[in-house]
Amino acid sequence: MEAFDYVAPRTLDEVYTHLNNGKRTLFMAGGTDVIVQLREGRRQCDLLIDLKRIDQLTSYGFDSEGTLVIGAATPLAQLYEDVDVRRRLPGLVDCASLIGGIQIQSRASLGGNLCNASPAADSSPALIVLGATLVISSAQGQREIPVEEFFLGPGRNALQPGELLLQIRVPRQHPNSGTRYLRFIPRNEMDIAVASAGVHVQLSEDGARIDQLRVALGAVGPTVKVVDTSSLVGRAADAAAIDAAGALSAEAATPIDDMRGGIVQRRKLARVLTVRAMEGAIERAREVR
Amino acid sequence: METRLNGVERDFLCEPRQSLLEVLRDELGLTGTKEGCNNGNCGACSVVLDGRIVNSCCVLAVEIEGRDLETIEGVARGDQLHPLQSAFLDEAALQCGICTPGFIMASKALLEREPDADEARIRHWLAGNLCRCTGYDKIVRAVRRAETAIEEMNV
Repeated sequence: MEAFDYVAPRTLDEVYTHLNNGKRTLFMAGGTDVIVQLREGRRQCDLLIDLKRIDQLTSYGFDSEGTLVIGAATPLAQLYEDVDVRRRLPGLVDCASLIGGIQIQSRASLGGNLCNASPAADSSPALIVLGATLVISSAQGQREIPVEEFFLGPGRNALQPGELLLQIRVPRQHPNSGTRYLRFIPRNEMDIAVASAGVHVQLSEDGARIDQLRVALGAVGPTVKVVDTSSLVGRAADAAAIDAAGALSAEAATPIDDMRGGIVQRRKLARVLTVRAMEGAIERAREVR
Repeated sequence: METRLNGVERDFLCEPRQSLLEVLRDELGLTGTKEGCNNGNCGACSVVLDGRIVNSCCVLAVEIEGRDLETIEGVARGDQLHPLQSAFLDEAALQCGICTPGFIMASKALLEREPDADEARIRHWLAGNLCRCTGYDKIVRAVRRAETAIEEMNV
């Protein structure tokens, strides 16, 4: 590995003093990707800024409005082991508990997964359908954007020089809503999605009608595909609507052929995963919490 | 760097670019932790950092200042093997042995959290540890055997 300097600031202000001074800087959260990328020469830096000694970046909690505010460098395992998170946001647990094996989950973070901007990232479809937003911070202040606006292309995110991803904010979920994230991989665990689907559904009071529906697909385009499902809002939450959502996903998918899967296979997967994730989301929406 | 390593305060010098794995093996002479893939896939370098199981190839040594670290060298008590170590021998759960320290560390982390983990849970938890020799069945049997042994010890 090429030599670099390392700092572990305690405050955001300290972070900003290291930016925009002509040095090539990289941020490190869990390090499970960036350390490997540095070692393999896929990325270079003069200064590595470790964000894990900043409390704001490594802590999480529900605020007074019920929004889950997650420090971008919080380890996945810490998040999905939390009893409150499991009860209130099972759709988030779906994706957080799928990324890597336990050794990775002990370190890797949602922020790192998002910043890598992989089209196959497990966290992005789930966070998008949950309606999550990102707080981006710099010496000049903070801005907040929906997760879907963060991805510009494979490996490219919306952070400007001098900015860092501070928090992921997942809003309180409607009591009659449910979210499910599913992916397809050739192994049982520890792999990168061939295709994936996140579905969020909000049902009417009696659980019969679809009041809201959000579907997002991973690994079937350069960035996450948000599927237009407006035609299904107001319809009965039944097998016909679920099949129709699957068809919309297959249509919206624009996959490529690569080592992980083919175009035809990924289109089929987009359909099947949407159907199954929607079934799961409806089931969760009908659960009494 | 100053750290608590297997219950003992240790200090060492390192460069920022050195992984924890490199420092353990090359600077501190603790070669029980193995290098497999060196990219976070195989789990051979698993160690416990502040109570969590991690791949030491994906940790920089400079990160562990003031942290608590446990390696395979801290598992046995003198000549007395940990029940997991005995179980791996009894079940012949190793052949070449390169993956074994990682499997022991990961299994130990599991059993300390979930002493009653069933087979499916064990297999799922150990997904981040690769073995090219055994086909995993013997490893899973060893972990289950160790569970029973630990339970009997605690009765």
